[in-house]
Amino acid sequence: MPIDYLPILVLVVVALVFSVLALLVPALLGPRRPTAVKLSTYESGKIPFGTTGRRFPVKYYLTAVLFILFDIEVIFLYPWAVVFKKLKLFGLIEMGVFVLILLVGYFYVWRKGALEWD
Amino acid sequence: MGLESRLPEGMVLTTTLEKLVNWSRRYSPWPLTFGLACCAIEMMHTGVSRHDIARFGAEAFRASPRQADVMIVAGRISQKMAPVVKRLYEQMPEPKWVIAMGACASSGGMFNNYAIIQGADKIIPVDVYVPGCPPRPEALLYAITRLQRKIEQEKFKDRA
Repeated sequence: MPIDYLPILVLVVVALVFSVLALLVPALLGPRRPTAVKLSTYESGKIPFGTTGRRFPVKYYLTAVLFILFDIEVIFLYPWAVVFKKLKLFGLIEMGVFVLILLVGYFYVWRKGALEWD
Repeated sequence: MGLESRLPEGMVLTTTLEKLVNWSRRYSPWPLTFGLACCAIEMMHTGVSRHDIARFGAEAFRASPRQADVMIVAGRISQKMAPVVKRLYEQMPEPKWVIAMGACASSGGMFNNYAIIQGADKIIPVDVYVPGCPPRPEALLYAITRLQRKIEQEKFKDRA
């Protein structure tokens, strides 16, 4: 029944009206006195220097990707642990294979020297 | 360029709108997250449940001056910190108010020397002074209510 969704429609309308008002009223009533200092970058009260487009070592990228890889592994372990008893021995072997595959990857990464910082 | 500088004064519409605007400003004086010295500890204490600054709508300590209404100068201002305090004040959008919390922010306090600015009002305009070394949270809350009383009585033309 479409009538059952009326509360959602009411919510949408209320959210729309509120957000439009919240943008419109301050735009009309709020005083705007821009100055050079006010428009400059907020840097905890310090005078900002340099540009935001700074270069940083790409080594972070590799570390981040490896982290995500092994992080996912841990995430998979959680639902497995919940149904561990139901899966019996099959689950243990299956997860052992999964961890082994990733362990191969780990040793590969290790040998390649991706874990060395310098 | 708000309505403040454009509306004619004395009209019923203007005064009613003024009341509405002041009412909304009064009950949401968001302070800037900013502590200079030991008074800041009392300021934090004011925010906890025991004293509950949220009763006065001032619980939302903003981490950016762009969103803050009130600057609580909590502590002594050293010569080195003065330009920072001034810059933070200048980066706050109008309308803005300042509470000088404690003896040091009000007058330099016991630090009557070359290293400390002798009161926040030497560098920025101050609305409310709170005595104490440091003031208890009740004193800061009282200062906020005094500030609210001040906000309530503001006229558009004063800020135009």
